[in-house]
Amino acid sequence: MRGLWIQANPGFVPPSSADFDFQPIFGDSILFTKPVLLVFLSVILAGSFFTLSARKAAIVPSKLQFAGESIYTFIRNELGRDVIGPEFMRFVPFLFSLFIFILTNNVFGIVPLLQFPTMSHIGFPIGVTIFSYVTYHYVAIKKHGLGKYVKDICFMPGIPKPVYLILTPVELLTYLVTRPLTLSMRLFANMFAGHLLLLVFTLGGEYLLTSGLILKFLSLFSFSFAIGLSFFELGIQALQAYIFTLLTALYIAGALADEH
Amino acid sequence: MLSKIGFLASAEVGASPVIPKPAEIIVGFVAFGILFLLIRARAVPRFEKAYKDRTEAIEGGLERAEIAQREAAAALQMYKAQLADARGEAAKLREEARAEGSVILEQMRTTAQEEAMRITASARASIDAERQAAFNSLLNEVGALATELASRIVGESLDDAARQSRVVERFLADVEKSQ
Repeated sequence: MRGLWIQANPGFVPPSSADFDFQPIFGDSILFTKPVLLVFLSVILAGSFFTLSARKAAIVPSKLQFAGESIYTFIRNELGRDVIGPEFMRFVPFLFSLFIFILTNNVFGIVPLLQFPTMSHIGFPIGVTIFSYVTYHYVAIKKHGLGKYVKDICFMPGIPKPVYLILTPVELLTYLVTRPLTLSMRLFANMFAGHLLLLVFTLGGEYLLTSGLILKFLSLFSFSFAIGLSFFELGIQALQAYIFTLLTALYIAGALADEH
Repeated sequence: MLSKIGFLASAEVGASPVIPKPAEIIVGFVAFGILFLLIRARAVPRFEKAYKDRTEAIEGGLERAEIAQREAAAALQMYKAQLADARGEAAKLREEARAEGSVILEQMRTTAQEEAMRITASARASIDAERQAAFNSLLNEVGALATELASRIVGESLDDAARQSRVVERFLADVEKSQ
């Protein structure tokens, strides 16, 4: 009798990275897996929302326009104007797209039924990082010329010569490897870990439900924790989208600056 | 987990999550590219237009008010200038009138004086003429009277002085009576 109450079902499988692998929903192309479809869904959702909210461009905005404009203005002024400076306007479409693309895909992680943050597949953050990477190098080369740009990276002005022995490799590594790597890794790892955390509590709760009576009761805590964590995740998802965009803006600002 | 109801997790285990799938890189790249082009073409220009229109609506109102104020100030300036002109004009006219008046007054005074002098002169002339006439007629009458008096004196006896003076007095009384 006692065994029945707290009896644990022996078959619990903890969530692992295998939970991030999806079979195609139909056919056998990777283009029809859930993450890929979600990415395209994010383009449709974000694209249509901001296109519609911007459509009328009224002086006195509707609620829809106000919602879209608030996010736009936030990125435009906080990340564009304040970070990049006078030349910011030509980067606003890029920064804004970056933010809403990453944000939408991240928030998919806690949207019921979808419930998968697409950025937890490292391929997608890399795909976006390529844009940032190419942009900040391109901007710098166009502004300073290739020679001066490379020289500024390798030999930062105003530094005693022996220091270059250490500084030059570090700087080169920063500009060419570390920046893109950390951009995509940070986003990927945060989303991956967040999703795994939610999985632990949801699968755990699900598992407890199949066990003895007391453990069934305890599953309530597991599920409520999963719900609480979902809100926590929402914060992290927005924060990561913001950080990715902020860092890209900072790299562009650095590329435009006269000295590195 | 709901995501596993519709979408079965792969049975394949062991593929590290940090190894990217090339297809997903391409999908991420293309999907973001599409969104970027869409946002750049359809969202950002419209938002910027709303932003600009709003700024213009606010600043335009201020500017219009400023222009109106400047116009009002200019009009006031103009009216003041016109008023000053009018005042100057009036003062000038008054001055002219005063000058003209004094000229006229002077002329009239001169004319009046001349007239007076002329009248005085003609009066004096006529008085002179009348006096001359009176003198002439007096001369004649005195002659006749003297002659008559002499004849009366001669007719009476000129014996004493008392008689003579009575004769003269009577004569003079006659003359007075007859005149």
